[in-house]
Amino acid sequence: MQFLLAVEGAVAQGLLWSILALGSYLTFRLLNFTDMTVDGSFTTGACVTAVCIANGIPPALALLVSLVAGSFAGAITGFLHNKLEIPEVLAGILTQISLYSINLRIMGRANQQLLQYDTIFKQLKNLLAGIGLELSSDRVAILIGLVFVTIVIVVLYWFFGTEIGSIIRATGNNEAMVRALGQNTQNTKFIALIIANSCIALAGSLVGMYQGAADVGMGAGAIVIGLASIVIGEVILRRVIAFGSKMVAVVIGSIIYRIIVALVLQLGLSTNDLKLITAIIVALALFLPNAVSKHNAKKARELAARENSDA
Amino acid sequence: MLKIENLTKTFDPGTVNEKKVINRLNLQISAGDFITVIGGNGAGKSTMLNLICGVYPADGGKIILAGNEIQDMPEYKRAKDFGRVFQDPLMGTAANMQLAENLALAFRRGKRRGLSWGILEEERELYRKRLATFGLGLEDRLNDKIGLLSGGQRQAVTLLMATLKTPKLLLLDEHTAALDPNTAEIVLNLTDQIISEQNLTALMVTHNMQAAIDHGNRLIMMDKGNIIYDVRGPEKQKLKVEDLLRLFQELSVGGSVSDSMLG
Repeated sequence: MQFLLAVEGAVAQGLLWSILALGSYLTFRLLNFTDMTVDGSFTTGACVTAVCIANGIPPALALLVSLVAGSFAGAITGFLHNKLEIPEVLAGILTQISLYSINLRIMGRANQQLLQYDTIFKQLKNLLAGIGLELSSDRVAILIGLVFVTIVIVVLYWFFGTEIGSIIRATGNNEAMVRALGQNTQNTKFIALIIANSCIALAGSLVGMYQGAADVGMGAGAIVIGLASIVIGEVILRRVIAFGSKMVAVVIGSIIYRIIVALVLQLGLSTNDLKLITAIIVALALFLPNAVSKHNAKKARELAARENSDA
Repeated sequence: MLKIENLTKTFDPGTVNEKKVINRLNLQISAGDFITVIGGNGAGKSTMLNLICGVYPADGGKIILAGNEIQDMPEYKRAKDFGRVFQDPLMGTAANMQLAENLALAFRRGKRRGLSWGILEEERELYRKRLATFGLGLEDRLNDKIGLLSGGQRQAVTLLMATLKTPKLLLLDEHTAALDPNTAEIVLNLTDQIISEQNLTALMVTHNMQAAIDHGNRLIMMDKGNIIYDVRGPEKQKLKVEDLLRLFQELSVGGSVSDSMLG
């Protein structure tokens, strides 16, 4: 029973964090751009939301403000890379590190509690209770997570099917071709970075409200969690090729990651071990497909050798 | 139509690797010209094409397209006037995207891309029709990812992409060099077909001297970043590979025929 409750919490967390994973998926996979801004823009999303809410701004509006703040974070990385010609990884790291100071400035301190304020989670919970539907906090979070994940996937699916979205996908495939087709690849990267980091800040905002606090350190390692979700999704749903299904795979990957984490915690490891565990999960998820295909190639060679010797 | 004046390009200037690839080059291309370009390795053939479409900027000289100087425009802005096919079949297409999606990207070359849907239903019909004229069965593979196609098929697709929106100038950079002789022949014939159907102006770099003679209405030979021989019309048609080799020996600065000239 206790584990089932833990799973509910894991699903809720997985859904909320999957929006971050979707953002990372856009840059890492679609654009083929190693965007390290993530840890910073995620925290920015939470910090902006916390400050907004603490200053009496409605939580739904705080979400939107966070999203815009995230888009600025993406724009800065884009500017550093495009205009100052800083390599992509370093451009992201510079934004990330500067966001640490900026996030502290935004909050004016290292963390901001939200327990005494309304969040969209509390608002929905009260709303549902009002019509006689008593749900646990985790179930409310699952509901909200599902709604936001659906909205994000639908919007991204639409956008990346448009003319601009298509040329952004092509940029990740073949930059030289995109320029030959008359599109400035700096612009396509810029737009993709803005959209990705908006998603990531949105995730930060939701996670902050769900946890009831924002902390300047909460984004540390977020990028690895995003990657873990992407690779777990890819390993489990290897055959999907359509863009929409791939995004769903990322969400499923994010949920599975959280369930694995819940399991590990049930086994008695502490939350302090989580970063190490995450790194191991990513390493395994990246290693396993290679190992399997090598093993299969070896078996095929052995089979061919046996057939040759038989003949 | 296109006029090149005193074009100059030096790679790695001021280093031991300094190489003057294009050296005060002049060339005038008239509308409807289909020019084949031959020359040894390092003669500057590909560099000339890359300078025309702006892959890198020229050090000096002018490139004038239909009366407008374009040498200072960025590559993506010049692209609306140029269709390009590259030597590497991987370079012209986006491997992870569908055949139809690739064509739709090319259909919008030089157009401002907005938030309308990336590919419309009626376009698919157009693409199917155009691909059917190739006789390669590609019309049934509109939904396949480009990465699943062979090199020859990808070059055929790139050729269609380069000409889907009629370019002012079609630039073919050894676009059959990476293909087997059979496939190269097919793609060359397709090239002829498209150029004559749409009455295109084209510049085709090739290492195959027979192809350089057989195709197009004008032939230029390059050496050390300049044009050393320019022939057109009936005089070109009478040429034989031996003539070209002899001419190259007479006209080139070094005077020796490099292996790469023997296509």
